[in-house]
Amino acid sequence: MNIIVLVKQVPDTSEVKINRETNTLIRDGVPSIINPYDRYAIEEALRLREKHGGKVTALTMGPPQAAEALKEAVSLGVDDVVLLSDRAFAGADTWATSYAISMGIRKIGQYDLIIAGKQAIDGDTAQVGPETADMLGLPFIAYIRKIEKVENNTMVVERLMDEGYDVVETALPCVITVVKEINEPRVPSLKGKMKAKSLKVAPWSAKDIAADESKLGLKGSPTQVVRIFPPAPRGQREMLSGPLEEQAAAVVKKLKEQSLI
Amino acid sequence: MDYILTEEQLMIRDLARQIAVEKIVPVRAELDEHNKFPTDVMKAIAQADLLGLYIPEQYGGLGKGSLDFYIAIEELSKACLGVSTTYAANALGTYPLLLFGTDEQKKKYLPDIASGKKYVAFGLTEANAGSDASGIQTTARLEGNEYVLNGTKQWITNGGEADVYTVIAITDKSKGPRGASAFVVDKGTPGFTFGKKENKMGIRASSTTELIFNNCRIPKDNIIAKQGMGFIVAMKTLDSSRAGVGSQGVGVAQGAIDEAIKFARGRVQFGQPVTSFQAIQHMLADMQTQTEAARALVYSVARMIDSGAKDFSRASAMAKLFATDVAMKVTTDAVQVMGGSGYMKEYPVEKMMRDAKILQIYEGTNQIQRTVIGLDMIKEASKAK
Repeated sequence: MNIIVLVKQVPDTSEVKINRETNTLIRDGVPSIINPYDRYAIEEALRLREKHGGKVTALTMGPPQAAEALKEAVSLGVDDVVLLSDRAFAGADTWATSYAISMGIRKIGQYDLIIAGKQAIDGDTAQVGPETADMLGLPFIAYIRKIEKVENNTMVVERLMDEGYDVVETALPCVITVVKEINEPRVPSLKGKMKAKSLKVAPWSAKDIAADESKLGLKGSPTQVVRIFPPAPRGQREMLSGPLEEQAAAVVKKLKEQSLI
Repeated sequence: MDYILTEEQLMIRDLARQIAVEKIVPVRAELDEHNKFPTDVMKAIAQADLLGLYIPEQYGGLGKGSLDFYIAIEELSKACLGVSTTYAANALGTYPLLLFGTDEQKKKYLPDIASGKKYVAFGLTEANAGSDASGIQTTARLEGNEYVLNGTKQWITNGGEADVYTVIAITDKSKGPRGASAFVVDKGTPGFTFGKKENKMGIRASSTTELIFNNCRIPKDNIIAKQGMGFIVAMKTLDSSRAGVGSQGVGVAQGAIDEAIKFARGRVQFGQPVTSFQAIQHMLADMQTQTEAARALVYSVARMIDSGAKDFSRASAMAKLFATDVAMKVTTDAVQVMGGSGYMKEYPVEKMMRDAKILQIYEGTNQIQRTVIGLDMIKEASKAK
């Protein structure tokens, strides 16, 4: 079973600052890590390999320093890495990013499954997974919390929903994104870290993946960011628990206290 | 302080630290509270290759030295001494095979130990034989192609959890110290069972049990080294592991300091953080200075061992003695710096203080270490004239 894991290098902070003039993220001086959700994707790929054999390839698009994220993936146990890095990719929105990634995947050629984290913690769009699937003409399932079984080119998975979960059967190859409930990611191994240290990552350019330059980077990005702002804070909330009657009585009491009823 | 570690040693430190932060800290209080063996943590340690650090590459390990190993112990000890005791006792049980095993025995056991498929325990202590190892009463009688083991080992770390046990037993009572031999016994051998799991003050994540041998028959080839070499095997094993206990001391002391300073910076009394009081500053300064001195000594001894020194009994005894006395003092002071909060289970330092106590007791009490050091000094002085 050959698996491609999509990873993204993100700033290691939940308090990313925004450049007010360009409306883009300020990444300078912030240490970079693998997007935490992608660690679950890597872990699941490694577990599938341990069960079914095959090969795991980690793919990312980014500046040359994104090779560090791929090296971390190698330290965790992935077999192969692909770095898409070219000035032509710069300024890409999720659509142009997904185009470049889908072309990179076409170049890799052989695969049974593509796994990504449910979203990246910097942009939080959750779009690259589904858009990549669309461009490759593959089935897509989001929010996978469990891979039940894989056999005869089909896969049965559990998709996490707000209330409960769906059981979905899909043909392979397909693209899935995973949630943190799916597994507990491993730490790297020492042998993996040593292998990663000596690894040289040769990037693939736009030419290497035979991409149409008009669909790449800023040029190929239909998204226009008009304004970025933090959403207005929600008011104070309180969760009630216990028997429904008691909860209802508590709500009535509170509403009365605030003279709302 | 910069100890000029190699890039690989820094890698080991970072990896062990990641395990400590991601896998140990979230569960240590629960393991402690419920006396629970750290099964998942040990799996993570195995997966990270850290169980094979000190095992030669030809037997599936990484062939690293003492310093590399101690660095890993220190980082794990910062988070939980119960886990690091489980980890270090695995090495203690492995040393007899590593130091004295035949190639055949090494091929049979070491690859599985390196991969974490099998855990190991070392069985020396008995009810009447602790610091005085000559009080051993467990016997091994040769009958044809088998040794028959009888007796009870006490307070054995990893007891019940380990798959492989290296055990010291008396093969010839009349010969005194030369009448002991070392053996390797597999879990599941008929006649080999475990006593109750001990309920301990600290290091509660580690398993401590009796090993009970009742006409337990093992193949003759399970002897480690020659018959009569049991005490030498035991002493060399303890020499090799002793400074590692020192690195446990350094780790738990540093872990306690880190907690204390984090707490003190946020604790306001009389309108200012308690770190602005000289009393707290001086306590923290003493704690860190003592811990740094202990670390420097442990690393020096590790480098001495790694450079091929033949006799390091005194040096390893000094590292164990000093670093573990420091650990007891520093963890106690960390509780003091944190005051009432330090005494509560919501914070980890009371556990660190309870855990640290065992370091002054196991693998040779600190009183025995002083005897080893003193006698060696006197022996050297008498040779010098």
